[in-house]
Amino acid sequence: MTKKILTEHINVPGIDTFDVYRQQGGYTAVEKALKTMTPDEIVEEVKKAGVRGRGGAGFPMGMKWSYLAKPEGVPRYLVCNADESEPGTFKDHYLMKHIPHLLIEGMIVSSFALGANKSFIYVRGELMYVIRILEKAIAEAKAKGFLGKNILGSGYDLELVVQPGGGAYICGEETALLESLEGKRGNPRNKPPFPAVKGLYQCPTVVNNVESIATTSWIINNGGDAYAAIGVGRSTGTKLISASGHMRKPGVYEIELGLPVEDFIYADEWCGGIRPGHKFKALVAGGSSVPILPANLALTLANGEKRLMSYESLSDGGFATGTMLGSGGFILFDETSCIVRNTWNFSRFYHHESCGQCSPCREGTGWMEKVLHRIEHGHGHQHDIDLLVDVSKKIEGNTICPLGDAAAWPVASAIRHFRDEFQWHIDHPTEATQPGAVYRGEMALV
Amino acid sequence: MTTESTIQFTPERLAEAKEIIARYPEGRQKSALLPLLHLMQEQEGWTSTEGMDYIARMLDIQPIEVYEVATFYTMYHVQPVGKHVIEYCRTGPCCLMGGDDVLAHLKQRLSIETGQTTVDGQFTLKEVECLAACGMGPVFQVREQYYTHLTNDRVDEIIDELSKQA
Amino acid sequence: MEDTKPQLLTVTIDGIAVEVEPGTTILQAARKIGPDVAPPAMCYYQPLKGSGGKCRACLVRVAAGSAKDPRPMPKLVASCLTAVQDGMVVENTTNPQVIDARNGIVEFLLLNHPLDCPVCDQAGECDLQNFAFDHGKATTRYEEDRRTFEKKDIGPYIQLHMTRCILCYRCVYTADQITEKRVHGVLGRGDASEIGTYIEKAIDNDFSGNVIDVCPVGALTDKTYRFKNRVWFTKPVDAHRNCPTCSGKVTLWYRGDEVIRVTARKNEWNEVTEFICNTCRFETKKTSDWIIEGPTKVSRSSVISANKYRADLEKPSFGKRLAAAEYKPIHDERDMSQLNIQQLPPERFAKTLPSAVEPEP
Repeated sequence: MTKKILTEHINVPGIDTFDVYRQQGGYTAVEKALKTMTPDEIVEEVKKAGVRGRGGAGFPMGMKWSYLAKPEGVPRYLVCNADESEPGTFKDHYLMKHIPHLLIEGMIVSSFALGANKSFIYVRGELMYVIRILEKAIAEAKAKGFLGKNILGSGYDLELVVQPGGGAYICGEETALLESLEGKRGNPRNKPPFPAVKGLYQCPTVVNNVESIATTSWIINNGGDAYAAIGVGRSTGTKLISASGHMRKPGVYEIELGLPVEDFIYADEWCGGIRPGHKFKALVAGGSSVPILPANLALTLANGEKRLMSYESLSDGGFATGTMLGSGGFILFDETSCIVRNTWNFSRFYHHESCGQCSPCREGTGWMEKVLHRIEHGHGHQHDIDLLVDVSKKIEGNTICPLGDAAAWPVASAIRHFRDEFQWHIDHPTEATQPGAVYRGEMALV
Repeated sequence: MTTESTIQFTPERLAEAKEIIARYPEGRQKSALLPLLHLMQEQEGWTSTEGMDYIARMLDIQPIEVYEVATFYTMYHVQPVGKHVIEYCRTGPCCLMGGDDVLAHLKQRLSIETGQTTVDGQFTLKEVECLAACGMGPVFQVREQYYTHLTNDRVDEIIDELSKQA
Repeated sequence: MEDTKPQLLTVTIDGIAVEVEPGTTILQAARKIGPDVAPPAMCYYQPLKGSGGKCRACLVRVAAGSAKDPRPMPKLVASCLTAVQDGMVVENTTNPQVIDARNGIVEFLLLNHPLDCPVCDQAGECDLQNFAFDHGKATTRYEEDRRTFEKKDIGPYIQLHMTRCILCYRCVYTADQITEKRVHGVLGRGDASEIGTYIEKAIDNDFSGNVIDVCPVGALTDKTYRFKNRVWFTKPVDAHRNCPTCSGKVTLWYRGDEVIRVTARKNEWNEVTEFICNTCRFETKKTSDWIIEGPTKVSRSSVISANKYRADLEKPSFGKRLAAAEYKPIHDERDMSQLNIQQLPPERFAKTLPSAVEPEP
């Protein structure tokens, strides 16, 4: 069994209630932090832990905290990003639903560290039932004196507000989230200024993912060094992986970073292998926006070593032969999956979710979707593949926020690794548009 | 020059609305816009212009600020909808689990296409993007309820169940 | 003695150094050097707070961040919003990556644009036309249906053509900052976003007409001038009057003896210098209403000033670009301008533009 930090008690009956969570050692981090530590000491522990942003960007959380501006007389805010919408990712949903107090405890500790007296949890509106779970848990914590005025007699005040989104993937981008929280359209802001300087209501703000904030309780209780001892290299700690697609056991798994991809897929403790009778064709390792990899590259690096579930190993080889850990949305494709169809599907997603503010993304995502739709439906032209590559290049890096990159990478990588499959769709439109038709040409299935 | 609205919150919802508005710092009451729109839609079933104008007055903002927001986010139904709105996930991971086939069955069962409402006004079918339940696909949502691991049979059961609700 | 003036920063743009005050953006610094170096701006509008960053036409490469930290910036940056640092080195037209990105932006902006310049009142003073002329191609790679919108009536003065809109948000900022209250905004999301009032409503208050002047394209045009003439046949004259609502300083556009349009005055960057009221703009069209100052010096790049297009045709690159363009059938009946172009054989272009083609070596 690997180390469990977040999900150790997740199967304890009644863990969603304050009392059971407390019996399992919950809220000790709040006691320790508020009674024995200064905010700076907490930031220092989180820095030592080396925990990297779990929402997808992988930016070191302690570093992000230390950038927070602290002008006199200006409130500071902590906002938890629970807008989980990246296709393939459902870990925050799982965590908040089953063990809401873990997030609340983390919010209290983190808010104290940052000097925030009002903190927000921005949850995607579709998860209204999870919002109600969180609100109930907050009321419980407040009744027990862990929220509100003068928490545990420490003199520290904190209000937690759960804010529902309205249905927009883009609000997972931190500045779009802040706009949405201010009651506006979810248009990402131009940066700089970064939220650490001008965030919510133009005040210094830290935005962190649910899973990132949830780690802080353990870090306070056990120390940053203990956390950093888990994992591999700069990929410290554990990571929740949302596993979906053609595997025996889809679900959310907490793994120690550094676990070989092969073990994660095939061992019974995790995905339990490809669904019976089928072969492994491709992998999206970190949510729909990261580059897709064919099976052989997913399992091994270019030098023949095993690929590991870590930030560094997954991105080994750059985009030529690597991908990214992203948010840990692990989508597995077997040989029955059509890469062209899936690429079109993801492309449709980004087209649908583009906020429409900047021209490359607004126009480019729609263009790519339409071309992919044509290819998938038997109306592709010879020049379409190169066109897609070119359009994706003209979007990538030229947009206000990373949604442009997120839309470009899946298309560019699918063509990079599965170009023959696209060509087959163009060359054999009748065959390719039969129900269930999949390219059966030469490719490395595992 | 907003329309004189006939729509307003019920006393319980009005109290909740006031509690929501009070959550935000002084002068930042616009932050309550998304939650209030949810509250209004929960009450009325959809998000009408009258409802939006009412919220605009309540938050002391221009009606256009509400329209801009309501049309940006996909959860607000700015057209009348049926009693049960089925929001069906059409994104990759659900499709890998047979989401397309189940959707086709659902359409056949309800005799409607995406975006339409059944003649009896019971069901509206919408396709939505990822609902963050990929490991449990195919998935759809009706109001706050997630229905997971959908199959054709399961869809039939759910529709039967929902049809019986008064 | 201490100098109380703020320390000036030196920034080098396309090899030309310029000194500017702290807080100046790259775009403003480039404008200080001159029009040849200034990046195009489709959404940024200096008089409007918060504008910019959206169209991405002004992307530039920062080859060195500052004297202190001379590392290049990893991505192209929006020059309209990026403040200069002392010792910053910027590449605008001298960088192929920038030119490539800009070509891409034009292509994106034109994908769904109706290309109805022949019937568009903005033609001749259209930022998109100019931008496309500098960075566009003669053909399109887009084969899909173009986006259309339901026609919306927004009142007696302003005509909305949503298909031409590039979603720069300038009119939204104008309504927010210049008029009493805003009744229009951006509705919907992504490429289905549109400018509108949501419910049928006239955009009508004292300063609403200014949205016409700030619109970079023909999406918002003057209904009282609609189809009356082409701008290049009209003569701009500066005039003023004693107006109780605004400064009363305007430009009158004459056709013969008749004032057929009134606009605010614009600077060389096509930006309004003083916003004017609707009475001046729409209701005051007799010469006797005005005190005439004299012909307007139009310094901005447009067909009415520098004979821009003819001048540019003499550049060898233009004819080459046309002659080298691939002509492929476009099955879009609505798109007459494109059809006309593609039906002409390439040699026809060479013949029409003899001076534009470089002789074969």
